[in-house]
Amino acid sequence: MKKTIKTTALATALIGCAIQPALSHRAWLLPSTTVLSGENTWVTFDAAVSNNLFFANHRGVDPESVQVIGPDGKAASIQNASQGHFRSTFDLELSQEGTYQIFSGRDGLSAMWKEGDERKRWRGTAEELAKEGLAKKEGVRLSENVSRVVTFVTSGKPNKEALKPTGKGLEIVFTHNHPNDLFAGEEATFTLHLNGKPAAATEVTLVKGNDRFRNDAGEVKVTTNEKGEFSITWKEAGRYWINASVSADGGEIDGVPLSKRSSYTATLEVLPE
Amino acid sequence: MKKSTLLLLGGATAVHAQGYQLEVEIPRLKVSEYHRPYVAAWIENADRSHVANLTVCYDTEMKNDEGEKWLKDLRQWWRRSGRELDMPVDGVSGPTRPPGKHKFAITEALAKLPPLAGGKYTLVVEASREVGGRELVKIPFSWDGKKLSAEKATGKSELGEVSVTPIEAKSK
Repeated sequence: MKKTIKTTALATALIGCAIQPALSHRAWLLPSTTVLSGENTWVTFDAAVSNNLFFANHRGVDPESVQVIGPDGKAASIQNASQGHFRSTFDLELSQEGTYQIFSGRDGLSAMWKEGDERKRWRGTAEELAKEGLAKKEGVRLSENVSRVVTFVTSGKPNKEALKPTGKGLEIVFTHNHPNDLFAGEEATFTLHLNGKPAAATEVTLVKGNDRFRNDAGEVKVTTNEKGEFSITWKEAGRYWINASVSADGGEIDGVPLSKRSSYTATLEVLPE
Repeated sequence: MKKSTLLLLGGATAVHAQGYQLEVEIPRLKVSEYHRPYVAAWIENADRSHVANLTVCYDTEMKNDEGEKWLKDLRQWWRRSGRELDMPVDGVSGPTRPPGKHKFAITEALAKLPPLAGGKYTLVVEASREVGGRELVKIPFSWDGKKLSAEKATGKSELGEVSVTPIEAKSK
């Protein structure tokens, strides 16, 4: 009996360790506000990777990686960008009416190997990988990553031109609810896609901001249905961090197995009823 | 004059109602920095879809329509109707009001409202104040095309008493 208890305790401890990495280092883009009225309004953004939401305590995101799609579906520019140690900031002038998508994305191959005791890490394209002959390195691990960190702001009437899916990697397709029209007490349904197709049976994690002030972060996990849909009932107003990550076998390059990874992260604001 | 009006309305009833009005009380607050609230009132269907705007009071005096920047703080109104509109709206929008009881005409909006046999509408009043709070007060009411029967409601912070009352035929 005693033995059983010990084993159980050990198993619990191990699970605890395994969960840790998933809880840390979350990337986010945080708008100062998401719903605006009037003309020529501005929004300022924080961009960071941190353990807590939305507290900058790890490192800032390179503002160069940030792109904007305007309500007309065309690229728009950020202004006053500044990279900080813990967080970066930039501004966006909303000169058009409608919805803007602001995102930071990465898309490419990565290789990891060891030279002596030194760990090497490389990122680039398939061509560069072939040119540098990295697949021939001893013990190399290859992965293809498509990651996207997004948020949305709307001036006036929301539209969906900037929300068009890219067909690459994981992404939320706003089939039912608009990301800038979310209210406490209501249910919202979203559709998760992987490479342009519904991502069924995929886990989506939801964390409300200010977890720093809660002993239990209150992570909520939902799983998409066969159509890739998942629903969330917003219990409280606030800013939420939503993430989905998948990893799959992606064939091989020069005999080295390739793992295909994709992650999608969105910051959504839910307003009080 | 009185007689002909009554005839137009199709006869005398116990209350000679010509129409209805909304009365909204903006409470006097003891705060160091006071700004008049933005106030919106509208009618919703039972499924909360927007039917008609009754009033929108906002800062119409600022340069370059700057006062429109805070219309989104009337969050439910902004969502249900405001973001679809070009401000100002004739007969609906107007300047902010001081503390006190204010009457708003609703007869015209009611005339456009499909009579719901036993069905319920909701009259919603939303107030939002700079460096202050925000409050929604709802009055469910029924409307058969002639007679309106409404509950009364009182806000707790940004709104006082909100009521719909018949405009009685003037006796003189």
